[in-house]
Amino acid sequence: MDLISDGLYNLIIFVLAIYVGYHVVWNVTPALHTPLMAVTNAISAIVIVGAMLAAALTETGLGKLMGTLAVALAAVNVFGGFLVTRRMLEMFKKKTAKAEAK
Amino acid sequence: MSMNQITLLYLVASVCFIQALKGLSHPTSSQRGNLFGMAGMAIAVLTTLALVFKLNAEVAGSGIVFIILGLLLGGSVGTLMAKRVEMTKMPELVAFMHSMIGLAAVFIAIAAVLEPQSLGIVQTMDAPIPTGNRLELFLGAAIGAITFSGSVIAFGKLSGKYKFRLFQGAPVRFQGQHLINLLAGLLILALGLTFTLNGSTAAFALLLLLSFAIGVLLIIPIGGADMPVVVSMLNSYSGWAAAGIGFSLNNSMLIVAGSLVGSSGAILSYIMCKAMNRSFVNVLLGGFGADASASTETAQEQRSVKSGSADDATFLLSNADSVIIVPGYGLAVARAQHALKELAEKLTEHGVDVKFAIHPVAGRMPGHMNVLLAEAELPYEQVYEMEDINSEFGQTDVVLVLGANDVVNPAAKNDPKSPIAGMPILEAFKARTIIVNKRSMASGYAGLDNELFYLDKTMMVFGDAKKVLEDMVKAVA
Repeated sequence: MDLISDGLYNLIIFVLAIYVGYHVVWNVTPALHTPLMAVTNAISAIVIVGAMLAAALTETGLGKLMGTLAVALAAVNVFGGFLVTRRMLEMFKKKTAKAEAK
Repeated sequence: MSMNQITLLYLVASVCFIQALKGLSHPTSSQRGNLFGMAGMAIAVLTTLALVFKLNAEVAGSGIVFIILGLLLGGSVGTLMAKRVEMTKMPELVAFMHSMIGLAAVFIAIAAVLEPQSLGIVQTMDAPIPTGNRLELFLGAAIGAITFSGSVIAFGKLSGKYKFRLFQGAPVRFQGQHLINLLAGLLILALGLTFTLNGSTAAFALLLLLSFAIGVLLIIPIGGADMPVVVSMLNSYSGWAAAGIGFSLNNSMLIVAGSLVGSSGAILSYIMCKAMNRSFVNVLLGGFGADASASTETAQEQRSVKSGSADDATFLLSNADSVIIVPGYGLAVARAQHALKELAEKLTEHGVDVKFAIHPVAGRMPGHMNVLLAEAELPYEQVYEMEDINSEFGQTDVVLVLGANDVVNPAAKNDPKSPIAGMPILEAFKARTIIVNKRSMASGYAGLDNELFYLDKTMMVFGDAKKVLEDMVKAVA
């Protein structure tokens, strides 16, 4: 039997993940769409994983530079994204604590 | 750590990200969701450190230094921005963050093309990158580049304080624009295929440059009013870019996280388009500003409106039983949220039933107005979405429209020729009395005249929203 290529496995993961994303995001309440964007920004900063590999494992100067810069750029989003989301969500929390939300 | 353990940990991180999005279905669970997201990211980063050592223990020791350098640099910038940013500037921050992801994806792709052996894409030094990985690198890099340059333009348009022409809200159009975009797109595709088939580095470099250019070209013809769609769309792109990098590095977690973000952005773009009753293609090709300029010219003749003072408005408001307040972006610009909260509290004390109605495109990005009101500590349970409140306008005594215009324009319902015809609006015109606060009679973002202002039951209160609201607060007491 032939071996299934990595690319195909990746494609399966990709398609299923889109379905999960689609259903989860439709359930997000419209009032929280801005925090949603901020947190998805933080999540897409997952490219930091690729960036870390590039920064640590490359051997040429240019490769290292690209990798390190990519780590820095992605880190801006990791920290900025999650923190600003927390800041926004805290604003919503104050009121839901006072009375039951709609 | 074995490769299996690493992959399992990546799976845990992916599930955390899904939980983070799931938490946002309700404000009470959202905080916990955000913690899940942070935990997922921490797991992902630590696992990757372990992976670095596993892949090449010799260079890892010195390599970690570069990782830490990048983390410190980016982390401090990110933390600072998150703490300092004003809520009115959220759209700019988000656009800025999209550009970071786009550029990071481009840099990673460049590193991968330069040294595929170091990143484990190929086994030996001189082995060529497999065709499949080349295709994925091409897609990841091109989408990343488009995300970056497009977001930079969007950022400029949103902040609106730069003199640079491309950064201004007014769309930039020229002859044959669509043709040039099409040609550039086809050229990128051709170069990408060349790179995929024979691995030419020159083709890769050229396609990167072209992708940067097309990102700019795509966003400049889009007017300021459509920015919520653009921001959502770039949100989506940044996710696809991450997924593309995941494919080329064979990393399933990157693919999962990237597709989550990609579909989230796509859904938001769809919701925004629907709220403006425009097709996605229509927004992308631009055209809002152009239609509008034609219609403003026809509406030049002077028409009389009834105007009143803040005191008159207060009298109406405090004698009403029910009031719906429609806040628009003008309110946020005037920084009048806190004055609005005071007014709402005072009116509630007087026994007036106060509600807030939010149109999906109020503000400059999806959900922006909700955040602005939350910042002013307006009671969450008084804030209603458009579908939930539209049926109530008919039984409402007074509607107070603050710095909103197009979202209450009855032309969207009544005038099939109007450029905004069919756009869902807040049906403020059904209320018994309407008070509109605006700085002047200037038309709104879409450049349209608003029939609502000329109704007999409408009273205009001209002036800065903050000043007017403060006057009203004094008058209620």
